[in-house]
Amino acid sequence: MSYEKAQSKNVIWDWLTTVDHKKIGILYLAAGAFFFAVGGLEAILMRIQLMFPESSFIQAQTFNELLTMHGTTMVFLAAMPLLFGFMNYMIPLQIGARDVAFPFLNALGFWLFLFGGILLNVSWFAGGAPDAGWTAYAPLSSESPGHGLDFYVLGLQVSGIGTLIGGINFLVTVINMRAPGMSMMRMPLFTWSSFVASMLILFAFPALTIGLLLLMLERLFGATYFGVDLGGNVIIWQHLFWIFGHPEVYILILPAFGIFSEVLPTFAKKRLFGYSAMVFATLIIGFLGFMVWAHHMFTVGIGPVANAIFAVATMAIAVPTGIKIFNWLLTLWGGRIQFTTANLFALGFIPTFVMGGVTGVMLAASAADYQFHDTYFVVAHFHYVIIGGTVFGLFAGVFYWWPKIFGYRLNETLGKVFFWLFLTGFHLTFFVQHFLGLMGMQRRVASYLPGQGLDQLNFISTIGAFLMGVAFIILLVTIFTSMKNTTNVSDPWDGRTLEWTTTTPVPEYNFAQTPLVRELDAFWYEKYEGDGKMKAAEPIGDIHMPNGSILPLIIAFGLFVASFGLIYAVYPLAIVGLIISFIGMFLRSVKEDHGYHIPAEAVKRDKDGGK
Amino acid sequence: MADNHTIEPQVLPPNPEKATLEGRNKYLGFWFFLGGETVLFGSLFGTYLGLRGGTADGPGPSDLFHVDLVFIMTMLLLTSSLTSVFAIINMKRGNYKGLLLWMTATVVLGLAFLGFEIYEFYEYNHQGLGFGVSAFASAFYTLVGTHGAHVTFGVSWITVLLIRYRKSGLTLTNAPKFYTAVLYWHFIDVVWVFIFTVVYLLGIGG
Repeated sequence: MSYEKAQSKNVIWDWLTTVDHKKIGILYLAAGAFFFAVGGLEAILMRIQLMFPESSFIQAQTFNELLTMHGTTMVFLAAMPLLFGFMNYMIPLQIGARDVAFPFLNALGFWLFLFGGILLNVSWFAGGAPDAGWTAYAPLSSESPGHGLDFYVLGLQVSGIGTLIGGINFLVTVINMRAPGMSMMRMPLFTWSSFVASMLILFAFPALTIGLLLLMLERLFGATYFGVDLGGNVIIWQHLFWIFGHPEVYILILPAFGIFSEVLPTFAKKRLFGYSAMVFATLIIGFLGFMVWAHHMFTVGIGPVANAIFAVATMAIAVPTGIKIFNWLLTLWGGRIQFTTANLFALGFIPTFVMGGVTGVMLAASAADYQFHDTYFVVAHFHYVIIGGTVFGLFAGVFYWWPKIFGYRLNETLGKVFFWLFLTGFHLTFFVQHFLGLMGMQRRVASYLPGQGLDQLNFISTIGAFLMGVAFIILLVTIFTSMKNTTNVSDPWDGRTLEWTTTTPVPEYNFAQTPLVRELDAFWYEKYEGDGKMKAAEPIGDIHMPNGSILPLIIAFGLFVASFGLIYAVYPLAIVGLIISFIGMFLRSVKEDHGYHIPAEAVKRDKDGGK
Repeated sequence: MADNHTIEPQVLPPNPEKATLEGRNKYLGFWFFLGGETVLFGSLFGTYLGLRGGTADGPGPSDLFHVDLVFIMTMLLLTSSLTSVFAIINMKRGNYKGLLLWMTATVVLGLAFLGFEIYEFYEYNHQGLGFGVSAFASAFYTLVGTHGAHVTFGVSWITVLLIRYRKSGLTLTNAPKFYTAVLYWHFIDVVWVFIFTVVYLLGIGG
């Protein structure tokens, strides 16, 4: 493809075939936001059912489906893709790269995730969603009638492959694509934490792949791994699931930690306190994250020695996390703090996350866990860390990076209303759930009896959920009413890192000249020690760009079709789907595609045009 | 755009698979991918070890496995790894014909291995070890079958490369492709060494 041809593509075709990391990032953000809204609605439906004792708003079966899909959607289809959106958009900009290492695979990862997510949600219209909880414990999952669990198995398998591909892509991008001078220990913390999270994806997701494969073979092909009568063992699923599942929660939280580590120094006007301690704390959390999976299984009966070991390992994670908390506090110490919406979320995160961490250590005490296990105490704990950590991080990221990504600044007044409503609603919903759990209310129950002291707190919790719903609507209003704030969008916050050195909208090649990095917080350094502009590491020249391709979409679509063939045992359809995918891969392998070049004159024209 | 053209052997850089950024990315990315594959097979091995006692009155490891068959299969696969090493040595020397020849030998050995594996599964099935007969059966077929699927994929991949590049000569574009295919092939071999030990030797011995 020539440069001229690449310039004159139809808009929709352009988005379907894009391999530009920025566009793929926006696609991730859009799809993630959609699933976030779906998962949120599911949560609100559940809270309405639990507003009053013995309520009959929702059938018990539907309630099971709602709680399963809420968890699955929020973890796999909302939180991770939203983080992937920021990682895609920001990592290359933060390390001074023109693109990711594997633009084609990057697109493939997105389409696999999207088709997997759609597949999972098609189950609502195909006779019932999965109903065994997001953890899908065997034999509940392996024996569950209907096709719901089949959709779970294949939907997660397809989107999981996409995630794995994305993880490998980020790892190689960070290692191979950094600009001159951008050593590992000069990388912004968001890039660092995304790097470690990608490492976790790489080593955690294959365990889920195998778990899902076993469940699929057992449900659809007559294998037996979990059937005790034929020598099977149900605990195998739990091990495989949590060997994946525990690193997964660190995959969710580490990039959010990274966002806070960008936002806090920017709005405290100080460099991050203890940068290298932060990096090593991130690495240690990533490492320990693989050592603690059995703390989800304390009550299974793996024995006192195993319980003790996993309890101690779990508590050890509090140490690097504590290092991070203190470093954030000391970053703020003596800083000139600006209370922007992004910073409010970062500031709100610190106490909220500490509370979630404290209940985490309580749960890690394995003897006490026999009381907490499967109660609302656990529900309260993980919502404190996942909403208080990941979701707050995402919202901070939204307000912080929105001008760079979409070219306009979000209204700060509405943003603050959103923040306070969301913060209040969140604590109202989940703080009381600690006590509900301690009073003995089981998680995942569709109803409860009156007169057991649970009525009032459940009612309060539901009101809080409504508040969060209202807050989300205000966020949408903010997004759609702020579009006129198009001034001062290239570097609105007096930023410190390389993404703020690009012009907004960011040209498809990101940097006309690859920047030369001279210090940590490279842009800040040039502002105060240099002339406020990045030094160039190369003269202006032709820029090599990859060609767009429709093949990623086709490959993912093939697996989508094949999944239906497997779910409904229509094997010809499964084979057709797989053939579509393999033809896509075959074409990709056989056709050498060397991309095209943007001529130096065009780059110069963009640069001088003041774009 | 030097990577567009065929490069004469005498001007080829010493490590053509890592001479371009694309090649380096592919090389590193593939190593990461193999790291993930290690966890994948680790999970399967764990499952197998957990379930290998669960024969549920069906045939068990010591009833089925024979060292001679598995020994032949092991030799075939190990030799195929050796031939793929020869292929890479030829690639680094710029001898493209040698590369193609040794890669073809690798494919042939891989196909022979697959033939034995199909015979093996057919035979076990015949002796009453159906896929869903017992947890041992399912775990065995899943672990060894996943490995077999990897071999099949590797054979197809290398075949596609051999046909696609039968006349092109060595270029900076196809050198990384051959190199990663060989990395993949070695990985499959290493997994088989573990299967040989954990599944067959342990099955016959204990």
